[in-house]
Amino acid sequence: MNPGRCAACRYLRRRCPPDCIFSPYFPPNNPQRFVSIHRIYGASNVAKLLQQLPSHLRTQAVDSLYLEAQYRIEDPVYGCVGLISLLQQQIHDLERQLAMTQAEIAFRARHPQAVESSLLNNVGNPSFSNQASSWFM
Amino acid sequence: MGGNSPCASCKLLRRRCAKDCIFAPYFPSDDPHKFAIVHKVFGASNVSKTLQELPLQQRADAVSSLVYEANARIRDPVYGCVGAISYLQNQVSQLQMQLAVAQAEIVCIQMQQDPIMVAANPQMVLGQADDDDQAFLLQNQCFNFANNNSSSSAYVNIHESLKKESIFGDIVS
Repeated sequence: MNPGRCAACRYLRRRCPPDCIFSPYFPPNNPQRFVSIHRIYGASNVAKLLQQLPSHLRTQAVDSLYLEAQYRIEDPVYGCVGLISLLQQQIHDLERQLAMTQAEIAFRARHPQAVESSLLNNVGNPSFSNQASSWFM
Repeated sequence: MGGNSPCASCKLLRRRCAKDCIFAPYFPSDDPHKFAIVHKVFGASNVSKTLQELPLQQRADAVSSLVYEANARIRDPVYGCVGAISYLQNQVSQLQMQLAVAQAEIVCIQMQQDPIMVAANPQMVLGQADDDDQAFLLQNQCFNFANNNSSSSAYVNIHESLKKESIFGDIVS
């Protein structure tokens, strides 16, 4: 009847009570999960956090803690914040590209004749597309 | 002791603030909230261990990122920073799709304005494409777009053609 201690209680070398707050989220077959989370957050902080959450949200909380702990172990300086910075930079670059492209669309829609004659005059000119882009900068 | 006031960490932990206190440079006494949230989420001893394992010049950045993460976790106890990552990844995907559609629209406009010249000089209007295959796909998507006048199908096809493998795609499920 005794299913054995959860990974948390095994690591902490203590008895695993029936109402152990960790046991639903740290099964004994995956000890690394608790080790990572304990290393970054500490068992008591995790227990306090889980106790403050309704039980149906605790699995997601533990999953996200584990993910963040993994990032922090891999990158002790920036953790997952490094990824956030990268994504923000990516968004900034994409927004800039999109704005330039939309400006070019608007220009071509307003000046089809100018673009057409310019295209004819620039046949075979590989740098034309660069020039066109510079009109919108 | 020198009569200096204890840093925010030692004030909160109610201990003597040593001259070589590891927290003092990063948790000044005039900002007690900063250490309070980091201590609440990570615990003082874990923060101390983290800082001790880092060279001096990286500790300030580490503290900043820990404060950021702690703030995110307090604001969202379930998802913390992972919620922000999911949101940003979604934004990136949407912007990539919007950009692909806009770029395809330019190709369509160019082909409509001068199809003969474009056919003779495809590299001029498809110069932004990374390679010939991508240029060919853009060209075909434009024909589909013009013929079917179905922006949704072209939109999906364009996205599939230009989809770049996200380097973070497998991190957040």
